[in-house]
Order: sequence, then C-alpha cells, then structure tokens
Amino acid sequence: MKIAIFPPNSLILSDLVERAGHEPLTIMKELGDRVKNVEIDSPPLNITPEEPSKGLKYASAEAPSGVRGRLAVFAPIFEEADAVIVFKNAPMSFGCLGCARTNEFLLYMIRSLQVPKLIVEYPTSEEESKIVIKQVFDFLKEVGHHD
Amino acid sequence: MIKIAQISCGTEYSGIQREIEKAASMVNAEIIFPDVSYEYIKETTEIIGFEVQSSGLQLMFARARALVEGLVDADAVFLATCFRCAEGALLKNEVRRYLQRESNIPVVMYSFTQHTKADELLTRMEALQTIAERKQLLARKRQEGLTLGIDSGSATTKAVVMRDNEVIGTGWYPTQAVMLSANKVVNDALKEAGVKLKDIEAIGTTGYGRHTLGKQFKAKLIQEELTVNSKGAVWAANRQEGEATVIDIGGMDNKVITINNGIPDSFTMGGICAGASGRFLEITSNRLGIDISELGGLAMQGNPKNVSMASYCVIFGIQDLVTELAAGVAKEDIAAAACYSVAEQVFEQQLQEVDIREPVIQVGGTSLIEGLNKAFEDILNLKPIVPKYSQFIGSIGGALLSSAMIGEE
Repeated sequence: MKIAIFPPNSLILSDLVERAGHEPLTIMKELGDRVKNVEIDSPPLNITPEEPSKGLKYASAEAPSGVRGRLAVFAPIFEEADAVIVFKNAPMSFGCLGCARTNEFLLYMIRSLQVPKLIVEYPTSEEESKIVIKQVFDFLKEVGHHD
Repeated sequence: MIKIAQISCGTEYSGIQREIEKAASMVNAEIIFPDVSYEYIKETTEIIGFEVQSSGLQLMFARARALVEGLVDADAVFLATCFRCAEGALLKNEVRRYLQRESNIPVVMYSFTQHTKADELLTRMEALQTIAERKQLLARKRQEGLTLGIDSGSATTKAVVMRDNEVIGTGWYPTQAVMLSANKVVNDALKEAGVKLKDIEAIGTTGYGRHTLGKQFKAKLIQEELTVNSKGAVWAANRQEGEATVIDIGGMDNKVITINNGIPDSFTMGGICAGASGRFLEITSNRLGIDISELGGLAMQGNPKNVSMASYCVIFGIQDLVTELAAGVAKEDIAAAACYSVAEQVFEQQLQEVDIREPVIQVGGTSLIEGLNKAFEDILNLKPIVPKYSQFIGSIGGALLSSAMIGEE
C-alpha cells in the first residue's frame, strides 16, 4: 500500500514503512524525479514558477508563493496515499518542510483525508520510542490486512 | 436590520474596525461577533485540526463553528484577515470553505490594509444585505409587464427595455457624464422598443451611477451590481435552476459570483488593480491602433506564449507589450497575451476565493472579446457560457427585479 508520512522527508519513518512491506510516499522520491527530469532546468529542485500557480488548488493567491509552491509538490503525495502516518512536533533533524505555515496546512489537510491515519507525538525517550515504533508496525500491519 | 457576523483577525489593531461598522450601518446592517468560550476555541481547534499558531485565527474557526452549530444567529458573514498574513490567508480560505459546505449563510471575504475605508466595503456589505434580506425578490425568475433597467458602469452605460420576459430594446454608450450617457441609452432602448418613457411601469438602476440615476428616473429599484448582474446573468443564460458561477469583468472592476437556484450565495469583488479589468484591454487596443471590438478576433489568431510579460500591471504590463511589439512580435500575439494576462490575473486573484461551480457564465462588455473567453477556457479547462445580451446583464437584472415592484409606490 502507498503510505504517506509526516514529516514527508523523514528517513526513519520511510524506512519503517519499507520494512513493513509497504511503499513510502516521500518528498525525496518526488524531488528526485524532478531533478532527474532533463526537460526542466530550474535549479536546484526543478521547481518552476508554475508550481506556486498549481498550489492555488490548495491556498489562495494571498498565501506566499513559497507556501503554494511547497503545497503543489507535497499535497498531492498525501492525496495519493492509502494511509498516513504523522509524527507531530518532531525536531527538524527528524524531517521538516522548512515552513511552519505549510506544516499547519498539511496537518489540517491530512485530518480531512478519508484514509486510515496514525497520528502520534514524536517520542522523547527510549521507552516512548519503543511504544511508538510498535504502534507504527501495528498500524501498518492493520492497514495491510484491509488491502 | 440584518446581522452580519464579523469573523476576522487584526481589524482592531489595523485601525479599521470603525470603517467596517460604518459600511455595515450604511446598509442598515449590524456587525456582531459570535461569542465563544476558551474551551470552545480549544475544542474547535482539536475537532477541525487546523492548529495555527495565532490564537486570533483559532478564534475565527471557533466563531464559524458557532454559526454552523446554530449557537449564534447571523444572516451573513464578513470574513477578513490582514493583507499579506500567510497564516491568515490559509485559514480564512478554509473557514470560507467550511461555512459554505456546512451552512447556507452568504459569505464575503476581504483582505484589509490600514487604508481600508468604508466606501470600499460598501458594495460588499450592500450585496450581503440584499442576499440576506431580499431572498424573495432575488428568487424572481420572470420579468413581467413593461420595465426598464439602466446599468451605469464605469466604462459604459447600458439600458434595456423588457416586456413579458423578452428584451425588446437596448441602448449602449460609453460613460461620460452619468445623466448624459443614461439619457442617450434610455432613448435608444425606448426607440428600439417602440415605447415611451411614460409607458414604463417600473425602473431598476444599478452600477456606479445607480443612486443618481435612481433619483432622476424615479426608479423603484436601486441596487448594487453584484446581485443585479448575477440575476441578469442566469436569466440570459437560462440557468436559473441549480448552481452556476458568474464571471463579470467590467471596465473598472470585476466580480465572481457563485449562485444556487438563481440566488447568489457568495461572491468576490476585485477593484484594486486595473490589470484585471477591461481597462487593460482597452489600453492594449489603443496601443495596437485598433478598436477594442477588433481585439478579440485578433487575439484568436495569436499565441500568448510568444510574448514575455513580467507583470499584470496596467502600466508595467502594457510596457512589456509595447517592448515586445517594438521587438517585432506579431500584433496577434500581443492581443492574445493581453487577454491571457487579464484572465490569468482574475484566476489567480479572485477565482481562488470561491469554489467554481459549473457552468461558468461569462458576462459584461468584455465577454464580447472572444480572445478573453478563449483565455478563460484554457485556464479553467472548461468552456464558459457567453449568453445573448451578455453585455446587458446589469440592465436585464434591473428590468427583471424591478418588475416585482410594479404598482408599488
């Protein structure tokens, strides 16, 4: 199943999803596809001024172009997902979008998606980590059964 | 007196609260603030899931929820945040979507600066008041008797004579002195209809000069153009049932109105930038040395992508077109780029504030410019309906709605 993760560039979460036999939807893949595309030449990410315009699907023209540009790339990942795992309040070293406004909007958008979701707080101790990782695997196993 | 619920953040600290209340009182409406508790705000943030940092914005969603849940009674909603607040822009749009999804309350959005004045808000407040208070009038689908509608726009003045739900005479003239232009179009419309002014049973006026004309012509209906134009548009397009979106690009401003069963339920109005108005196309025509009526046909033969435009601005955008013209770009491409520029700006600035409902009905004088219609078709990926009499919809709306007042003093 296609599992979107939040933060969408968390290597640890992406790895957990893969280990459970699912396909993680990450921005690494999304951006990787872009930079490998020889058709576009808009370094460093091959995001052109078209993206903020596409982002108008999610936010009005009044929202900053950086927010809309991010949403144009990140929001479709969540729309494509069969299930979503969210780690709330994670430190930026765990994964981050670089924009608090985009974070807020994406979390709100994820809440409204009609797919199974696991929303947990980022663990701050070894004990909590063990519990959360178990929750993630249980969730992935559960959604796998419904596939 | 109708109650308009103000759901906003920052109006007090921007120093414009007085202006909002002044605009509301000018249309005999009262601004109210839905009361909610701290617990209710926290609960709303939890339920809705939009965890914004600014508590003023959290309060906005809680107030909207209180309206949806019927804890507070209001007839309309004025939704506003500071211009350029990113968090506010994101949340305001979601509050608007939420209110429109969960209730039937008409909503208007606004992004304010410290310079916002009551006059800028007046048409919006007036339209909210009309939608909330005169639903029965707006539900009228047929014109009856012999009536006249006059639309005193910023660029052109239009008049229509209608009899028993048919247009029987029209008049159209560039707006100069309000009364002078109105007299000319009224005489032309009456002449074509073969009737005299004394035979007219009711008159409706709309547009910028509506109050002056209403007084002079003793109009029974003097109404802002948002509701009148939308009524005229659905009549002309024969789309009085179901949903529709009206795009009306005028000479000075533009309106996008969503409609349900012939009654507007939400709208957005531009007017800050002439780059998204008919004026931009008029100036382009002048620079190309052609009449504006030729611009659309010329644009249909061109490709907007052959022109590099860095701005939508009526000064700098036109400057780009002139530079490209001097560099040898074809007139056809320039015309197409001008049309595309106007359509794109309306799309980016205004169509974002409403959820487009099909069909899209394109009206106003600019709807006669084929190149502009084609640009909208490309951008929206759907073909807008351009009804017969599309440039007269304000007058038609005036004639239609005023027919409800035949016999009234």
